[in-house]
Amino acid sequence: MIQDQYIKVGMADLNVTSRIGVLKTTGLGSCVGVTLYDAAAKVAGMAHVMLPSSSIAREGTLNVAKYADTAIPEMIRRMEDLGARTERMEAKLAGGAQMFAFGGSSDTMRIGPRNVESCKELLKRYAIPLKAEDTGGNYGRTIELDCETGVLFIRSVQKGIKEL
Amino acid sequence: MTSLNAFGELQLDVLREVGNIGAGHAATALSQLLDKPIDMLVPKVRIVPFEEIADSVGGAEQVVVAIFLRVEGETPGNLFFIITVDSAKRLLHNLASLAAGQGDDFSEMELSALHEIGNILAGSYLSSLADFTKLSMYPTVPALAIDMAGAILSYGLIQFGQMGDHALLIDTQFWEGSDEVKGHFFLIPDPESFGKIFAALGVHSL
Repeated sequence: MIQDQYIKVGMADLNVTSRIGVLKTTGLGSCVGVTLYDAAAKVAGMAHVMLPSSSIAREGTLNVAKYADTAIPEMIRRMEDLGARTERMEAKLAGGAQMFAFGGSSDTMRIGPRNVESCKELLKRYAIPLKAEDTGGNYGRTIELDCETGVLFIRSVQKGIKEL
Repeated sequence: MTSLNAFGELQLDVLREVGNIGAGHAATALSQLLDKPIDMLVPKVRIVPFEEIADSVGGAEQVVVAIFLRVEGETPGNLFFIITVDSAKRLLHNLASLAAGQGDDFSEMELSALHEIGNILAGSYLSSLADFTKLSMYPTVPALAIDMAGAILSYGLIQFGQMGDHALLIDTQFWEGSDEVKGHFFLIPDPESFGKIFAALGVHSL
């Protein structure tokens, strides 16, 4: 699974690729890695989403990759530019952990689960099936999506490597 | 809303001093715990892109031991005490004569001891800062995690996430003489806290 054609996806970032390459994002905590894949066109996309909704944004120029509700539409658009079709896409989710357990359950502390919920809602809106997920828990994850096969590799300190 | 990029050298100096006082007291506390001298570097005040938040501790995937506590009160923020896994083992060995187990695993007893060490150090960081600024700062009960640095530190960025892709980090590195125990204190004040910190120390925010 270790390949040299890595296409890096940073925090609050997204990227797409066609035919070859492995999309990779590291250190997902409460952030969610959303991946979309069109097997027929061999087009893959990955977003490292940090916050559930752009409605709370107070920044000047919006970084669309940061919020679930703007990252997913943008990723779909860019994948369509590469020949993918929404009705053929399948989604996988990873991340959305609660890294620290606290007595209180303020909004900030629950950000992981909220990110996951928001992503699922968006996928439903676009009628994209959620094929697999590895979300929640209290640990960090690094993920890689192989554009040739659509296989998602998930690595964590506690659980080793998992394949979705 | 204060834009981070608008901070001048004077403001950054104030924040460096904030790190100096907080981490200085925490390092003294650590030195007393270990009965060994602790050295520290001049704090770095950096405005970093989210992507680079974990760079000074070895990158997003580097496994670290972290004590995190949320600061509440007049100047909310996030405080992290981060040490390498090896350092944590040595710290436990020096301090509690807990025999370091093999591998990266920690026993319940070791985790509990680390928790308490983090609590003491973070507590002294905050209380010295609160005394210095006369601002109220209350720590929440600290939480411990042993995981990828990126996954841990991204927790401190959520408040910044709403307003941009950069965060202001007050990073102080410390180590025990023979380099056996080394780590970092990261203070990441919430965006709205800067104005109050500057005002309390007699510097206008802009």
